[in-house]
Amino acid sequence: MFESLAEKLDGAFRKLRRKGVLSEADVREAVREVRLALLEADVNYKVVKDFLTRVETRAVGQEILSSLTPDQEVVRVVRDELATLMGGQPARISMASNPPTVIYLVGLQGAGKTTTAAKLALMLKRQGRQPLLVAADIYRPAAVQQLSTLGAQIDVPVHYLQGQSPVALAESGMLRSRQLARDVVIIDTAGRLHVDETLMAELEAMEKQVPGHETLLAVDAMTGQDAVRVTESFAARLPLTGVILTKIDGDARGGAALSIRAVTGLAIKLVTTGEKLDAIEAFQPDRTAQRILGMGDVMSLIEKAEATLDRDATENLAKRMEKGDFSLEEFRSMLQQVKRLGPLSKVMEMIPGMGGLGKLKNQVDDKSLVRVEAILSSMTAAERRRPQILDGSRRLRIARGSGTSVREVNRLLKQFQEMQKMMRQMKGMRKGRKGMPKLPFPPMPEG
Amino acid sequence: MPGLWERLRTGLTKTRQGLGDKILSAFSGRQWDDDLWESLEEILYEADLGVSTVEYLLSQARVMVRQRRPKAADEVVSMLHLIMVEALASSSPDPSQLGELERPVVWMLVGVNGTGKTTTVGKLAAMMQRRGHQVILGAADTFRAAATEQLLVWSDRAHVPVISQAIGADSAAVAFDTVTAAVARRADLAIIDTAGRLHNKVQLMQELAKIYRVMGKAHSGAPHEVWLVLDATTGQNGLAQAASFMEAVPVSGIILTKLDGTAKGGVALAIARSLNVPIRYVGVGEALDDLMPFDPESYVSAILGENRTPF
Repeated sequence: MFESLAEKLDGAFRKLRRKGVLSEADVREAVREVRLALLEADVNYKVVKDFLTRVETRAVGQEILSSLTPDQEVVRVVRDELATLMGGQPARISMASNPPTVIYLVGLQGAGKTTTAAKLALMLKRQGRQPLLVAADIYRPAAVQQLSTLGAQIDVPVHYLQGQSPVALAESGMLRSRQLARDVVIIDTAGRLHVDETLMAELEAMEKQVPGHETLLAVDAMTGQDAVRVTESFAARLPLTGVILTKIDGDARGGAALSIRAVTGLAIKLVTTGEKLDAIEAFQPDRTAQRILGMGDVMSLIEKAEATLDRDATENLAKRMEKGDFSLEEFRSMLQQVKRLGPLSKVMEMIPGMGGLGKLKNQVDDKSLVRVEAILSSMTAAERRRPQILDGSRRLRIARGSGTSVREVNRLLKQFQEMQKMMRQMKGMRKGRKGMPKLPFPPMPEG
Repeated sequence: MPGLWERLRTGLTKTRQGLGDKILSAFSGRQWDDDLWESLEEILYEADLGVSTVEYLLSQARVMVRQRRPKAADEVVSMLHLIMVEALASSSPDPSQLGELERPVVWMLVGVNGTGKTTTVGKLAAMMQRRGHQVILGAADTFRAAATEQLLVWSDRAHVPVISQAIGADSAAVAFDTVTAAVARRADLAIIDTAGRLHNKVQLMQELAKIYRVMGKAHSGAPHEVWLVLDATTGQNGLAQAASFMEAVPVSGIILTKLDGTAKGGVALAIARSLNVPIRYVGVGEALDDLMPFDPESYVSAILGENRTPF
């Protein structure tokens, strides 16, 4: 998410940078492009309008135009305003001082409430809590079964009593949480339209009987202009405490996220990032703002790397790379290290300047990594160290052993050669030009 | 399609009126004035039509305004209405008229997660059953927990059989079995539900292409229709969705779900225009018969908030 918004903004800024002296017209042109970028990213029309009025007032001011680096000043103003729009500090899920903590999940149909309920339960469980899931979506066919299945997968009890209304289920769920000594109760509610009077009244009744400490609105990251209206309508009826943005592993540009925060002031507390049940994270507004502005999220990457990588192995690897001593053997251990960081696409998102590789990203999937690894593992150590000994019959053996084709083996070798070439260039330019050369990329066989 | 808009009106009146009023006060009974372009632009953007489509529609409207020099603001809205309906024009025949097609006819539903594929399969089954066709469903969403159970509930309501396997089974195999069963039982129509998948996940899109391919092996020509199910609240990402799904499988039409009056599904128009795919059905509620054939006139009126439709 967000990459292509970053690209578009970058395009608008780049045009400014080429100019030495900025006229008011230049600024207006840049602002127009920023406007289109935001609208295409589904940022709410009114939010865009206000945003640009503020930027324009600040950017067309005399002091900026007459400053020595007007282009940078304009970029700075846009960045500032965007950062304000996103909101600063991450907001946490708050826990009741007197357990159990009650968390409601509400939202439109198909936003992903049921899956998110299970993900949230797993996350809290890993933090040492004892959650109970309450299946209060009695309308959608098989919603209760869906939650029960998910609950069994993560070993969290799911409360449901046939025939009870959602309000009664919330109440009996509280009782059950005491019997089972559970300290968090997560209530999965039915998806509903924000204009559905009956169902909205039902939610109100639930909150009245069993007040929630957190009432989280699940919003699909792909939502368009309606995101704001939906959030406002839910907020008007319920004590919303935050938003969970779902399906952010799609390629939506995240305008809904920007708009909700800007219009309603509600914090985005969590984001869900994939189909697996542990694909849920706390939302980092400041870092996300950086990511949108194409600055990458190096902090997150470093934190992740520190937590997962084998320090000695990595250092060893770095030394060998520096010496230009980089064989398939090193390549293989590099691959293994990278894999520990998590899905490649997510790693790439965090690297500055990688935003422009959006297209490539879609091709780098972890399955192709598995194939590369299989090919490498089917070689002997001697072959990995000296790939030049790989003749036709060895290649055929490797292809068979790894369940791939000779073509794929050939391609991997060819890409590896190119990578080596790049490394040598990198070594050569280390002291010279600044700026990062292209990162070596693991070769990708056709999937 | 009075039924659809009638249905939308009941229960959802409140918000709708608020919305309609706003637009009425901006245009109705007023003199046309160039300042009103911005209000039109706002209406179009807020309906999720997106930058290129909004610019296209407004440039067309500007040409027309220059030629005809309308006096009243309403007239300009009507011009825009015409231009939008034109952008939606589709000459291909209604696919739900099975007519002389060799049986069984096979339909396949695809889309991202949470757009309402399973629900729509249920509604389509009921619709075709009512027309006297023998329908069979395939629960090829073997990934999401309880997706098969959900389809079973819908099949019960619609009184049609379902072919299914255990969770985690190969979805292509389920699709293949369903088509084979449809041939063996001499059914008129097989409808295949697939798992929701984000369109930027390469492997999942490849899986979808495979499901499509194997059906052709069970019955040549199958599937005859591939429908992309699109949530009306979706923003500009809908374009990326449609483009990616079309790359994987030959999408023949769009089913726009959860159309409720505040979410207008304008991105469907953007898709229809830029990718040349017709919108076929709209889903407006959770009951079995809440699926309506798409009607460009009412859809455009809803986007523009025109008062002349009962709304």
